[in-house]
Order: sequence, then C-alpha cells, then structure tokens
Amino acid sequence: MSEQASHLEVSREGGVTVVRFADRKILDEIPIAEIGEHLTNLAGSEPRIKMLLDFENVEHLSSAVLSMLINLNKRVGEQRGKLKLANIKPQIYEVFKITRLNELFDIHDTTASAKKSY
Amino acid sequence: MARLPLDQDSQAIELVIPSQLPAAKKLERAVLAELEGQRFPEVCRFATKLALEEAITNAIKHGNRNDPDKHITLRFRVTPQEAEIWVADEGEGFDPNRVPDPTLDENLNKPNGRGIMLMRAYMDKVGYNQTGNEVRLIKFNRR
Repeated sequence: MSEQASHLEVSREGGVTVVRFADRKILDEIPIAEIGEHLTNLAGSEPRIKMLLDFENVEHLSSAVLSMLINLNKRVGEQRGKLKLANIKPQIYEVFKITRLNELFDIHDTTASAKKSY
Repeated sequence: MARLPLDQDSQAIELVIPSQLPAAKKLERAVLAELEGQRFPEVCRFATKLALEEAITNAIKHGNRNDPDKHITLRFRVTPQEAEIWVADEGEGFDPNRVPDPTLDENLNKPNGRGIMLMRAYMDKVGYNQTGNEVRLIKFNRR
C-alpha cells in the first residue's frame, strides 16, 4: 500500500513505514520545512512507528536537511518509535560522517538490512 | 547582473538578491554553471554547492534575520584554477570563532549550528571580514 504526497512516496512494507524521496531534486528545490512537516506529521500518526527513509534518490544535502532529520528523529523517539536511514550515496554519507551524525542516526547500506534490523 | 573588473586578468560577477531562499537558488545555479564551464569535477561542484548554500542560508537567516527588505550580495570569480566566492549580508555581523563546535557530544542532537563547520570542511579556504557580515570561500580546481 503506498501513497504519494509532496514528492514523497510512502509505503507500508512488513510493518515498516518506508519513505522514498521521489525526485532527486526534492531536497534541493522543495522547501525543507514542507518536507519536515509532512514527515513529522507522519511520525506522529502512529505510536511506536518504524520509519525508514530511503535516500536512493538523494544527491544533495545541507545543514537544513540535517536539522530536519534531527527534529524528525526526536519526534519518532517521542512516539517510542525508531527511525532508520538507508541507501545513502557515499558523497552524502560523507556529510553525515563529517558532522558525526552517522553516530546519531541508525544508517544502513540497504533498505533490506534496515527492515531486518527493527 | 554586473561584471566588476578586479584586475586585468579576471573579472568578478556580482549578483544582488532579496533575502529569500528561492532567489538564492538562482545564485547557486549561476556559480555552478561557471564551475561547470571551467571543468571543475563533480566532487568540487558538490562541495561548492553545499558550502555556498550554507553561506547564503546563514546570510539570509542570521545576517539579515529573514528580512525580505534586506539583500544578499554574491560576488564570484571562477578561473580554471579556482573559484572565489564572497557572500555578504546587511546584518551587524558576528564572531565566527564563537560558534560552538557541532561535533561535540553535547551538541550532536542540536538541530542547528553546522553551517560554518560544513563550509570549512568542504572549501579550501573560508574567511570572514572583520565585521562578520561577509564570508569569502575558495575552492581549488582538482581534476
């Protein structure tokens, strides 16, 4: 079952809410606040949510996106849920490493391994 | 768009925009187009795009406090060897040395404060004017 809104593809896969950024320019051109609001609302819609962000189409990152992810992580935590990230390209992962946010977020190479780890 | 001759061998392009993020995207595209024209590799263009976005965001949010009546001035000069970019706002400035280190354990979970750190990580040189309302970024071309 999947839905598409605001350039995000949301699907339920084995009890995990998987969010894919549908357009490779989404984090570049769509206001981050708009995406953050959508994801935060999604996080608040289900207690103990298992949320997985698929970064396959993400080719750009900024501190604004990192800020959005940190706030999302907190919101998921408030719901006693778990947020995981997967499919991050090496150049994008480097941004997480430089900021040490690879230690804050639960990051997996693939969505398959992320789903298994819940 | 005005071209300002800096010296006989190079010219800088100057662009002025209101403090609005959509307008900032035009600035980024202008700079990146020049980098591509001078055959900067993708890794350099990625780094410059990231750092430039941080500089512009800081100028809009912190320098100009999101006041759409204030402006951002971007100047850039791209040669085959390097890209030199200045981003100025109309704010009172700040001391960049007093910004907390976002990589410290106690700051990891804070949503803000990573812009300057990312600029320094991805550009070869980052410097502020004395007031702190203009930042100069330099990226060397590495083919």
